[in-house]
Amino acid sequence: MIQIIELHKSFNGQKVLDGANLTIPTGRITVVIGKSGVGKSVLLKHIIGLLKPDQGQILVDGVDISTLRGRSLREYKKHFAVLFQGGALFDSLNVFENIAFPLREKTRLSEAEISRRVRLRLEQMHLTSEAEAKFPDELSGGMKKRVALARAMIQEPEIILFDEPVTGLDPPMTFTVFHLIRKTHQDSGYTALVVAHDIPEIFSIADQVAMLHKGRIVACGTPEEILHHPDPVVQSFIKGEVDFLEG
Amino acid sequence: MIKFFRMMGRRALNLVNEAGGMILFLLEGLALAFVPPFRPRRILQEIQFIGVKSTLIILLTAAFTGMVIGLQGYYTLRKYGSEGALGSMVALSLIREMGPVLTGIMVSARAGSAVTAEIGIMRITEQLDALDTMAVNPIQYVVMPKLLAGLIAVPLLTAIFDVTGILGGYLVGVVLLGVSPGIYFSGMTQSVVPLDVNGGFVKSVVFGLTIILVACYKGYYTEHGAEGVSKATNQTVVLSAVLVLAWDYILTSFFM
Repeated sequence: MIQIIELHKSFNGQKVLDGANLTIPTGRITVVIGKSGVGKSVLLKHIIGLLKPDQGQILVDGVDISTLRGRSLREYKKHFAVLFQGGALFDSLNVFENIAFPLREKTRLSEAEISRRVRLRLEQMHLTSEAEAKFPDELSGGMKKRVALARAMIQEPEIILFDEPVTGLDPPMTFTVFHLIRKTHQDSGYTALVVAHDIPEIFSIADQVAMLHKGRIVACGTPEEILHHPDPVVQSFIKGEVDFLEG
Repeated sequence: MIKFFRMMGRRALNLVNEAGGMILFLLEGLALAFVPPFRPRRILQEIQFIGVKSTLIILLTAAFTGMVIGLQGYYTLRKYGSEGALGSMVALSLIREMGPVLTGIMVSARAGSAVTAEIGIMRITEQLDALDTMAVNPIQYVVMPKLLAGLIAVPLLTAIFDVTGILGGYLVGVVLLGVSPGIYFSGMTQSVVPLDVNGGFVKSVVFGLTIILVACYKGYYTEHGAEGVSKATNQTVVLSAVLVLAWDYILTSFFM
């Protein structure tokens, strides 16, 4: 379980997180929604240790990861994987090498075993063997996300964080990526945190939805509860009302 | 008036801050060379990129530099009836100064800017963050091989520059202007002493490290998207060139 407790973070005097509290249950998919620029990605980066909070705690199975350094932080990072917004594929490596990268860096598996696992993930992501030799700049947006998901999954992590996984994708590819997230979650049972603003599609995969607004979590519940939440801020966001977006 | 001094003070503080940051960055990068995995393949790849692929530009620059020194030197020395000293003049100019400095500037323009762009793009596309989240130290994976490659490749390129420049001077002085080849080379062997070669070598090591350090640092801390990468690349070339010239003066004063 991941617990975010009274998280505060400012950049150049501007408050981004102002006492955010959230519990992310083990083995479930939690989605964080909110308007663009509200701090969803900042929240996510705290969990993966890329940012340190000004105040507050981030407990992962009882361990405050905001205080971890050096080797203990590296050990912690072995338990999770991240799907970045643009995929963050390594430009100088082809698809096969990108997916194999975590195994080559972190394990002593033979090349034959690495090949077998990479090809299994490619198949899982509906990517053909012809895609293996391609470089990231030759891939479409949807393919990049699938390769990035394959690279995240090959590590068999306990926790996967998704930073706007379908931003910039067309509706059919959005459906495909969400379907793959749901399917891999069902197969592996990992804990997932998805940062997104694709309503209502994201509700189809969510077990829990939390809304971030003005640095705080203002609503948290099942998709059904969020859709019928009494808070006018939540309702305005879901309905995409202009007043809220300009606020 | 106060605003001016405040601005100057802020700039000076930023400069000191950046210098300190670079030194810490360098120390971390070099220290990680002694921590496994040692990444020999990546180091060789970087030597190929920084060293091998810079060879052609170094050969061209060296050839023309040697030829110009030969040409200018011949007509200057002829005024004093000392054409025989042409070989010494070409060799000493190249080995002590022109070789290390021009090699440094060429490597900065070619490889330094490319390194900054590569790492800067990795920064803005979150590839460095991706490495970090996979518990792979981005400085160890990306920066350390480049630092070691700079340390190895730039002195080798300087040696190539020196030899090529001497041959360029030979082409002009001996082949075109008629200086005796025996006098050209014997003058050289009499006047070039180990201190000259060592001094040139030390300069090339320092320049190589400086150029790649600046390139890596500027790329690693790039901000603000594509414009930031462009700005960082520009800053790398300018700052590297200035530092090469500054180091050149400091090191020359030690060796004189």
